Amino acid sequence: MDSLLSDLRARVILAQASGKPLSIHGGGTKDFLGMKGAGTALDMSQYAGVVSYEPTELVVTARAGTPLVELEAMLAENGQMLAFEPPHFGPGATIGGCVATGLSGPRRAAAGSARDFVLGVKLLDAHGRMLKFGGEVMKNVAGYDVSRILTGSLGMLGVMLEVSVKVLPRPERELTLRYAMLEAAAIERLAAWAAQPLPITASSWVSTQDGGELRIRLSGSPSAVESGRARLGGDAVPASEADAWWQSLREQTLPFFAARPLWRVSVPPVTPPLALGDTIIEWNGGQRWISTTQPAEAVRSAAAALGGHATLFRPESIAEARRVGVFHPLDPVVEGIHRRLKSEFDPQGIFNPGRMYSYL
Amino acid sequence: MNAPLDAAQDALATARRQAEVVSALRQVVPEHCVMYREEEVRPYECDGLSLFRELPMVVVLPETESQVQAILRLCKRLQVPVVARGAGTGLSGGAMPHAGGVLLGMAKFNQIRRLDARTCTAVVQPGVRNLAISEAAAPYNLYYAPDPSSQIACSIGGNVAENSGGVHCLKYGLTVHNVLRVRMVTMDGEIAELGSEALDAPGLDLLAVFIGSEGMLGVVTEVTVKLVPKPALAQVIMASFDHVETAADAVAGIIAAGIIPAGLEMMDQRATAIVEPFVHAGYDLSAAAILLCESDGTPETVAAEIARMTDVFERSGATRIQVSTSEAERLRFWAGRKNAFPAAGRASPDYYCMDGTIPRRQVGRVLLAIQEMEVRYDMRCANVFHAGDGNLHPLILFDANDPDSVRRAEDFGAEILELCVQVGGTVTGEHGVGIEKINQMCVQFTREELDAFHAVKHAFDPAGLLNPNKVIPTLARCAEYGRMHVHAGELRFPELPRF
Repeated sequence: MDSLLSDLRARVILAQASGKPLSIHGGGTKDFLGMKGAGTALDMSQYAGVVSYEPTELVVTARAGTPLVELEAMLAENGQMLAFEPPHFGPGATIGGCVATGLSGPRRAAAGSARDFVLGVKLLDAHGRMLKFGGEVMKNVAGYDVSRILTGSLGMLGVMLEVSVKVLPRPERELTLRYAMLEAAAIERLAAWAAQPLPITASSWVSTQDGGELRIRLSGSPSAVESGRARLGGDAVPASEADAWWQSLREQTLPFFAARPLWRVSVPPVTPPLALGDTIIEWNGGQRWISTTQPAEAVRSAAAALGGHATLFRPESIAEARRVGVFHPLDPVVEGIHRRLKSEFDPQGIFNPGRMYSYL
Repeated sequence: MNAPLDAAQDALATARRQAEVVSALRQVVPEHCVMYREEEVRPYECDGLSLFRELPMVVVLPETESQVQAILRLCKRLQVPVVARGAGTGLSGGAMPHAGGVLLGMAKFNQIRRLDARTCTAVVQPGVRNLAISEAAAPYNLYYAPDPSSQIACSIGGNVAENSGGVHCLKYGLTVHNVLRVRMVTMDGEIAELGSEALDAPGLDLLAVFIGSEGMLGVVTEVTVKLVPKPALAQVIMASFDHVETAADAVAGIIAAGIIPAGLEMMDQRATAIVEPFVHAGYDLSAAAILLCESDGTPETVAAEIARMTDVFERSGATRIQVSTSEAERLRFWAGRKNAFPAAGRASPDYYCMDGTIPRRQVGRVLLAIQEMEVRYDMRCANVFHAGDGNLHPLILFDANDPDSVRRAEDFGAEILELCVQVGGTVTGEHGVGIEKINQMCVQFTREELDAFHAVKHAFDPAGLLNPNKVIPTLARCAEYGRMHVHAGELRFPELPRF
């Protein structure tokens, strides 16, 4: 590992000296997200391995290249999990890519997002120096929360070497319930349930021939799940079908997700139906996947008018993505802060330039 | 040697500067919002950490956001530092004024703009008290989860600045997990909205870096918080242990059993002895450590969880276990923990509340080390501990009227913080660095890491006028302090030569 680290360091220093950008990747499973540039590949997949895992401290520290499947299997053996339920999008997914893209799965609305669980990051900076931010403890306000801002930063501020992530116990029991329901009614129902102390850890709405189907997942102790079920009614989905359902949603293997372009619209959960096109709704209404032929400007202004934003999650073509941009344009003051952060952390622009926005 | 003349010239320059700034401020805010006479500004000279005081040059108490913008613009133009203040309850001197600067009091921003039970959100101004949010949400069976012990007085703007936690943060998260959006004014006087009422916002997570930034990146003018449903029932176990290590093992046992309690707190014998006469909660004064462990949820869930927790405590060797049988009793069990700081005020002329976080498994070792320090510094130190997340609050009892006592208290505190870093923790879990722990930042971070923090600051506040000389030490300061950077988790070997 030491020689790998020296090699990574040398590559960064060389990039800094030559001005030739790097394109950081693990298993390449999230290559589709954003505008992947033509930089020299910096392969993190060999820099792998769990550094420390202390179940009773609820924290695991792993090198960036550690496969997500291995990490999750180890946690499962100890009855624990990554509570934000990250999508893999492929067998080669790594914890580094998981944190760098900051994507969360079905459990996000209930348990929290990727960045809510990141406790610390070891970073290789633009000068090849190793910096440690955060740590292995949740209560830590010494200095700025750089490890949380690195989450979802798509590699633009440096090379993540190691991450420390908070883990939680797996629920003792889970149960999925389904209801025939139209989109508007489903959104209202989810809002009403969210205001009550119910053990709902995932939700989905899809359109069907009869209008639509709402599914929710209950998780917790047997008594919590049973009393939840008694209050919420609905039809129980058999366990194996339920697991397959949430997995296919998380991994986007359902036929719906083959649509191109595929938009991700993030809005306040209790937002009425967007009427932009065919849709799958998650996160109590907070995450909406849209398949539409409407132009990007229309999708973005609709999202913005409702207090949200829209991401061209899977574009029709790279040319189209380049033309309209993948991520929602930033407000000018916020953009100014972004530009200064980028230039402070990556003065030569060697780390994944253009991956998120063309100017970063 | 023209000392008297120099002093007179300095005083004149200061007076001229003050007049210039006051006059400029009066152009943008009503006269009653600007104060500069000593008797008017003295109440603002410190926050909850009265060891550190500084009279500000001017105090401004704006009433509207556009006034805040105008104030910051003119301070930028005149190069005047600005320190923002909420309720002034902070414990690290984060709101201590700058002698040549403006103290920007946000207390008039005390309105709850909107409380929406349907979306479970509240839009509040930064001066609104933490508890006031939960009180307003109560009719809807909702509440705002982060509950620092000062919640009756502290402001939500201050909570954002410190990323405040509280007893329930193990299960319900810190401020950063419960805030959706912050609206702030930059030092240029521009408005920026960080986060959103959706579950995320485009770009880098500026909201996450802003929360906990101790007033150094912008001035908050509005916050959207998440409200959570009140659980049907809460019950607390009070368990006594005859050794600190046994209590620490019991804490690990709870987590190992896959339980995330609503609250899990430890008090050592000295802390219990101080609070019991004050609150009469029925604490076991012979116990070396007491654990308070709470469960919340439906009656069935709570019953099952309390049974599992009791089982863990019994197997860990608890000498006494009591379970609250009513809401009043539950609050009484908690009263000692929640009133530990004021109770300490009864036991000693003054107390110095420390704040550090350590890996939970190190608590036994750290408490033993603190007992040894008590002897060396000849002072008493009571300890309350957020056992669930390793956040330790040593309470050093001292006498502020005795300079030797003050010095020993500060040294005792510094040694505890450095020990926290050595065992793999951090110098501050929730009170912030402020001015108090700025030297210890030299111990916890390398020069390059501190430079990265300066880079973040520079991206938000290139002029460096927001709350300067707090939190992130300069190279010069670290050199002056003279402490070596201590790698987390590595023990110090004092017998080895330093250079």
